[in-house]
Amino acid sequence: MAAGTEVTPATGAQQETAQSRKAPSRFWAKVRYQLLNVFAGLAFLYLLVPIAVVILFSFNDPPGRFNFTWHKFSTAAWQHPFATPGIQDAVVLSLKIAFLSTIIATILGTLMALALARYSFRGRSVTNFVIFLPMATPEIVMGSSLLTLFISISFNRGLTTILIAHIMFNISYVVVTVKARIYGFDRRMEEAAMDLYANEFTTFRKITLPLIMPGVLAAAMLAFALSIDDFVITQFNAGPDITFPLFIYGAARTGVPVQVNVIGSMIFLIAIGLMAVNILYQNYRGKRDAIAISGAVRKAQLAEAT
Amino acid sequence: MSRVTRLFRSAPAYPLLLPGMVWLAIFFFVPMYYLLDMSLRTGNLLDGFNQVYRFANYGDAIRQNKEQFIRSIIYAASATALAFCISYPLAYVIAFRGGRYKNLLLMLVIAPFFTNYLIRTLAWETILADHGIVTSTLRHLGVLTATDKLGFTSGQRLLATPLAVVTGITYNYLPFMTLPLYVSLEKIDKRLLEAALDLYANRPRAFMRVTLPLSLPGIFAGTLLTFIPAIGDYINAYLLGSTQTTMIGNVIQSKFLTFNDYPSAAALSFTLMAGIMVFVIIYARILGTEDLA
Repeated sequence: MAAGTEVTPATGAQQETAQSRKAPSRFWAKVRYQLLNVFAGLAFLYLLVPIAVVILFSFNDPPGRFNFTWHKFSTAAWQHPFATPGIQDAVVLSLKIAFLSTIIATILGTLMALALARYSFRGRSVTNFVIFLPMATPEIVMGSSLLTLFISISFNRGLTTILIAHIMFNISYVVVTVKARIYGFDRRMEEAAMDLYANEFTTFRKITLPLIMPGVLAAAMLAFALSIDDFVITQFNAGPDITFPLFIYGAARTGVPVQVNVIGSMIFLIAIGLMAVNILYQNYRGKRDAIAISGAVRKAQLAEAT
Repeated sequence: MSRVTRLFRSAPAYPLLLPGMVWLAIFFFVPMYYLLDMSLRTGNLLDGFNQVYRFANYGDAIRQNKEQFIRSIIYAASATALAFCISYPLAYVIAFRGGRYKNLLLMLVIAPFFTNYLIRTLAWETILADHGIVTSTLRHLGVLTATDKLGFTSGQRLLATPLAVVTGITYNYLPFMTLPLYVSLEKIDKRLLEAALDLYANRPRAFMRVTLPLSLPGIFAGTLLTFIPAIGDYINAYLLGSTQTTMIGNVIQSKFLTFNDYPSAAALSFTLMAGIMVFVIIYARILGTEDLA
């Protein structure tokens, strides 16, 4: 009892000092809280203003060759996006390389991801390191070393060499993306299929592949984006061929046509559209699953009640 | 388990790995050997390049381009520091206050990647142009006079200055910094912060003792993912800089593609690669984390 009366005033005093220390800082805490939000807002502005500039200047009608100052609103370039000589060939070549390199890199990378996520084997950590290295090497080193190889063995540069390079740097990104998905899924699904006398191939086709498909698709989209955007490695290994980024580089010093902004905006809008569709679909699936689960729960409850 | 049975059990892994590993071996590792081999040769395009194991190529190349090497390190380090200062609060706000808008906000972070690298760098050329709003506003406010004195800009303009190049590099690699930071911040158990606050830590102290140390893997990954591509970059220096802002990437590119001085270019490229490797190892020791993925 005596101990109790001793303790209470002491803690009361402690609380008081804690409060008196906090009271004046409450205002500043709020300011600090809002300050961080304002800062984040400014960061978003920094990220998005250049994109707005790209889209805005696709509607410009520049007086000279340089599309750097705003002159007059025009939709001419949007009506004729391929009016500049050479630009269509460049875009077609970029798309061709992106499609081919995506398909090959996705297949090779997915197989490696399966091996790494599924099996424990000798040389696992070495394999992981080998896959990690291209992602940690500056593009200029990869580009120049590949160029040196092609020069040394007198291999003509062009579509083939660009393709080889793009597959090389895409493999690692595919492995990492698909691996993340494989780690997230329930192995018992496959065991169940095997228990039901499905052989390994059927199990893979009917269970494993559909389950990892979202990861494979995400990896393929990433590979496509990396390929169509790549400049450095492509410049070193393109030879006389001109991809869309190389076309822009060539035009940069003599004046970039408005069409470049139009095609850049198109790629941006298509990519954003695909992302939005993906997010909406995920939300829809989440809701659908939630409804299905709550329905099942209700059924179970009803069964229990009767 | 005997060695034979272990090999047998892991056998299915090897055929799955083989095609990808062969591709990486031939087109990533073999080229590195050829790069090293080329860096020790002498000669020119017409007479061919002969292997003479001239290690002095390295000394010559580094000595002649010391300025560009130092400039690349300064620019890349500045851009990495700037990207960190912008990204940490940004990632923090998304991870802790994003709520159900997290995915949308993350999409905005990677939105720049959906426009072509060169196009978005050219957009900075428009923004920083001599007669643009940004430059004239900063000029009227006297900011450019101050930055001119500091050597960040020159001649009352933004374009073709170190500041423009660093701005471009920071912008282009910002998502590489923000995403790993976000991932590590998002993982933090909020109850740990509550525990710190319950134990009478004030907010800054709780941040310093709990949030910051737990986000260290993100800081490690983010700074490396920004610094490594930044130090080899030559697009920003080419489009936003001048002859006074050339980086080592510009030298390697022009030696390879314009002057056909392959041995010297290969020596520079190999030096860059080796330098980065040494840096990564030291950096990993200092930050005490070897978990890159």
